[in-house]
Amino acid sequence: MNNINNSNNITPRGQQAPSLRGRAGGEAQYLSLYRECRELIARHSSEVMNALRDEAYGHLEQAGFPTKRVEEYKYTDVEALFAPDYGVNINRLDIPVNPYDAFKCDVPNMSTSLYFVVNDTFYNRALPKATLPKGVILGSLKELSAQYPELVARHYGQLARTEDDAITALNTMLAQDGLLLYVPKGVVVEKPIQLVNILRADVNFMVNRRVLVIIEDNAQARLLACDHTTDEVDFLATQVIEVFVGRGASFELYELEESTPRTTRLSNLYVQQEVDSRVHINDITLVGGVTRNTTRVALAGRGAHIDLCGMAIADKQQHVDNHTFIDHAVSDCTSHELYKYVLDDEATGAFAGKVLVREGAQHTDSQQTNRNLCLTRQARMYTQPQLEIYADDVKCSHGATVGQLNEDALFYMQQRGISFVEARQLLMRAFVGEVIDGVGLEALRDRLHHLVEKRFRGELGKCGDCTVCK
Amino acid sequence: MEQPQDNNLNARTDNQYVRSLTEEKYKYGFTTEVDTEVIPVGLSEEVVRIISAKKGEPEWLLDFRLKAYRYWLTLEMPQWAHLRIPEIDYQAISYYADPTKKKEGPKSLDEIDPEVMKTFDKLGIPLEERLALSGGMAVDAVMDSVSVKTTFKETLLEKGIIFCSISEAVREYPDLVKQYLGSVVNYRDNYFAALNSAVFSDGSFVYIPKGTRCPMELSTYFRINAANTGQFERTLIVADDDSYVSYLEGCTAPMRDENQLHAAIVEIVVMDRAEVKYSTVQNWYPGDAEGKGGVYNFVTKRGHCRGVDSKLSWTQVETGSAITWKYPSCVLSGDNSQGEFYSVAVTNNYQQADTGTKMIHLGRNTKSTIISKGISAGKSENSYRGLVKVGEKADGARNYSQCDSLLLGSHCGAHTFPYMDIKNETAVVEHEATTSKISEDQLFYCNQRGIKTEDAIGLIVNGYAKEVINKLPMEFAVEAQKLLSVSLEGSVG
Repeated sequence: MNNINNSNNITPRGQQAPSLRGRAGGEAQYLSLYRECRELIARHSSEVMNALRDEAYGHLEQAGFPTKRVEEYKYTDVEALFAPDYGVNINRLDIPVNPYDAFKCDVPNMSTSLYFVVNDTFYNRALPKATLPKGVILGSLKELSAQYPELVARHYGQLARTEDDAITALNTMLAQDGLLLYVPKGVVVEKPIQLVNILRADVNFMVNRRVLVIIEDNAQARLLACDHTTDEVDFLATQVIEVFVGRGASFELYELEESTPRTTRLSNLYVQQEVDSRVHINDITLVGGVTRNTTRVALAGRGAHIDLCGMAIADKQQHVDNHTFIDHAVSDCTSHELYKYVLDDEATGAFAGKVLVREGAQHTDSQQTNRNLCLTRQARMYTQPQLEIYADDVKCSHGATVGQLNEDALFYMQQRGISFVEARQLLMRAFVGEVIDGVGLEALRDRLHHLVEKRFRGELGKCGDCTVCK
Repeated sequence: MEQPQDNNLNARTDNQYVRSLTEEKYKYGFTTEVDTEVIPVGLSEEVVRIISAKKGEPEWLLDFRLKAYRYWLTLEMPQWAHLRIPEIDYQAISYYADPTKKKEGPKSLDEIDPEVMKTFDKLGIPLEERLALSGGMAVDAVMDSVSVKTTFKETLLEKGIIFCSISEAVREYPDLVKQYLGSVVNYRDNYFAALNSAVFSDGSFVYIPKGTRCPMELSTYFRINAANTGQFERTLIVADDDSYVSYLEGCTAPMRDENQLHAAIVEIVVMDRAEVKYSTVQNWYPGDAEGKGGVYNFVTKRGHCRGVDSKLSWTQVETGSAITWKYPSCVLSGDNSQGEFYSVAVTNNYQQADTGTKMIHLGRNTKSTIISKGISAGKSENSYRGLVKVGEKADGARNYSQCDSLLLGSHCGAHTFPYMDIKNETAVVEHEATTSKISEDQLFYCNQRGIKTEDAIGLIVNGYAKEVINKLPMEFAVEAQKLLSVSLEGSVG
């Protein structure tokens, strides 16, 4: 564990005993980092965020990182991920970056309001000219929580309970900045907001990012978050996103990960939906090292609807683990869930989806589907679609399949002069097409099709023809 | 004004149904007054030695028990199941009860207490061969810790088929028992497997020699009678090359306010081209409508398809027990071997069931089918938990799973926890699950045609479970259908 100090050198924090790490509690080095740098962390953050740190520390100390024996983390060895030494930028040093240099936009021709978060710091030097509708607040979580302490305190950490999850606890303990999006009552943000998360460092580096989204009653917004890594070092990024969607409001969230095989992403997304709200989430993993996405949706108001989709294309030693939990707490809610994986080489995929229908949550309609393609012998897929139901007047179903491409279809195409490779790609694209077609933004949809095609051909999905890159 | 009145009337009659049906008496709940030799309560190495000595076991079996016991001491009760299990005091149970021995004076082993005979008659299990239908079934009757009688033993032996209690097998065929005992379910397998391996009492042993088709259904009937005892039966079935056997298991227990523990192990070995069909109608005492009493049923059942083209089929109808913890599994290591699991699990009142299967594909072109139907009523909890695992070498493995849940009433729970671990790209694995209540349309359709709501539910539920019931041997299918109508129609959708 390193801290970047003022001289911009990376110095080890000295007397860290190696025995603190390892199986007996990999969290120890993070706990001691917090104890030693408590003041420093607090100084470079806001009061609202600082208020929860000590409690988070207690919870992390108590629970420790989950071992592989913990059901929720059975397929992702969190302890091992946290074991290596990473640098942490507690002092909030400016890391020189020009996001426009570092980032080649993957979604051209899409008119978005573009924002950057570099590591965990909101990049406020190149704000888009496009103005957001009146009343909408978007910017650095640290700064805005100092500006609107009441608003942020009312929401921050309310869904992401530190006692329930060690990664959330760690993030709450260490995160100093991130993004706040606030859309007041009845305001419709027409233009999609694009957020580019860039990981940038010269040494192995850890980032704790925090996002808070508040969509008030009858408001609407769409957020596209892209993850990119610019440097060939090991990154460990934890991310906690809390989303509050008010009565009759609508929110779409697209997450697109295109990092590097040396990047570990641990993302916890919490959503709470009020009466008649609609949420669409699409979590796409194209390139990454270890990816673990936990999505917890609470349908707290009658008539709420969630579309939860995800897809992963993984090869080499990539590991993608999606964990979802949908809580039907009240009656008349609907949830549709669709996750698809394509696993090549020695990639591992894991999916665990639980739908809980509480007592009294009558007229629930819940569908969950997980379909997976294993392309090689070494590829591994673990899937657990789960239903827990305590109400009788409900319609719930789940389905999961693991299989290969249909030989008849391959043969049919080859017979008609389409090469084996091409036929295979066509089928794979059609397979993931179902997830992409659910995307509400046309430009993004086209772009995704294109990206996926490139991904299947083994090319990185960088382009050079959009306005941002010029 | 008429409308609400009607509704009230309906509601009242509905409630009456519910009450009358949930109060349905458990007709096997009687107790037999019979002198039973019961060893003092408690569990220790000494008790393990006593059980072994009582059964006159050889040294190696005692060692096996002791190893298991010492291992069990290192374990903790598993918590992963979706069950609320009250703490079990293992020192408050007696681990051996023998109703065949009168306390005063020695008696010949063949002589069965007429009270015991009467008990099995009352349960509808004929222990006298002449009373059985021609070509009927051979029965091994086990009461508490001891096998009371095994019928048709001699007839079967003429064909080379061994069917006897496991204690007898240990005496008569030690080599066979030694070779297979614990080879499918290791004593280290889980908490209850370790406990059972330490203190197991009677159960059945079946050996079907090469090329033999067992001419009749074999069956074991388990009866708990003595109070404050646990039953720890152990069954071992070996089907040698090209053989076939259909095996049935039934069980009941008296109605008591305290809970009784039943922790069994069933091991099945299936060799080349052999086929075993194992059917269970589980009807342990489920406890009363307030959730008081009932049997805790913690069972490890596993079959190993060792040979090529071997086949193992599990069929179970689970209606009894306060708590069921049971996962009949198939290890498919022979090429082209097949595993099947058909299950109907019914829970009512405060019953809890966490049941399902494991299909472990290791050989090439192995196939498995899982059909599970859960029905929950009252305040019960019913979970399906299953694992489909495809090993790296299991080319062409194929699995189809379907698990449906039916909820009757709004205070019960129905859950599915399927796991799929796939390590081979040629595998095709499918899982489907649905949860629903009986549709209003179906009920309305039946009502319209003059079928009472109560009967309509019976019809629909029977239709729902038919896929599984059809897999049962005839006598059992009739019994299972009756059981369904008794334990099931607890509520009106």
